[in-house]
Amino acid sequence: MNQYETVFILNPVLSDDQVKETAKKFENFLTERGAKMVAKEDWGLKKLAYTIDNKKSGFYHLFEFTAPGDLINDYETEFRRDERVMRYLTVKLDKYAIEWAEKRRSRMSKKSQA
Amino acid sequence: MATLQQQAKGKKDGDIRYLSPLKIETQERKKYCRFTRSGIKYIDYKDPDFLMGLVNEQGKILPRRLTGTSLKYQRKVAVAIKRCRHIALMPFEGDLLK
Repeated sequence: MNQYETVFILNPVLSDDQVKETAKKFENFLTERGAKMVAKEDWGLKKLAYTIDNKKSGFYHLFEFTAPGDLINDYETEFRRDERVMRYLTVKLDKYAIEWAEKRRSRMSKKSQA
Repeated sequence: MATLQQQAKGKKDGDIRYLSPLKIETQERKKYCRFTRSGIKYIDYKDPDFLMGLVNEQGKILPRRLTGTSLKYQRKVAVAIKRCRHIALMPFEGDLLK
């Protein structure tokens, strides 16, 4: 069971519930196959640094989960197949990255409380 | 123009000659790797503001000789910047903060 982190960008033309439904779909895809969600973040609509298929903004989502290694392959094909997703990036986290992610989450929660 | 007497005394106006060469401070202070010194172990590809500091105006990655980072962390920085560009948080090229 390794720890992974996925950032993906959804098409800005989607309505709000479509965005939620897509995020839910990928999350269910993971949890059904024995992965465990560690954290979920929704950065909302953000401006892109450059245009992706002539779109200037996108809905950013961050998933952090632990999963067996072989699950990632068809997890990514799932992303390729779904045309609502403009871009995705899955990263394996080493121990420094995991420690950093926890620190970042505690900082974010502190900031949101403050 | 230097008058005759000045030329006779061999003193041209505005031309100051020093006997010993000036000691110009050329050796810049010693560069250090900011990551080893501050103890950062992981460079996060998700916060572009930090990575913007390691990129020049055109958005290109700054070389080690300018930033002074060690090889191990320069590779991590390069990977992080490329990932950050992939998820469109940083531009590939552009006149940022011009």
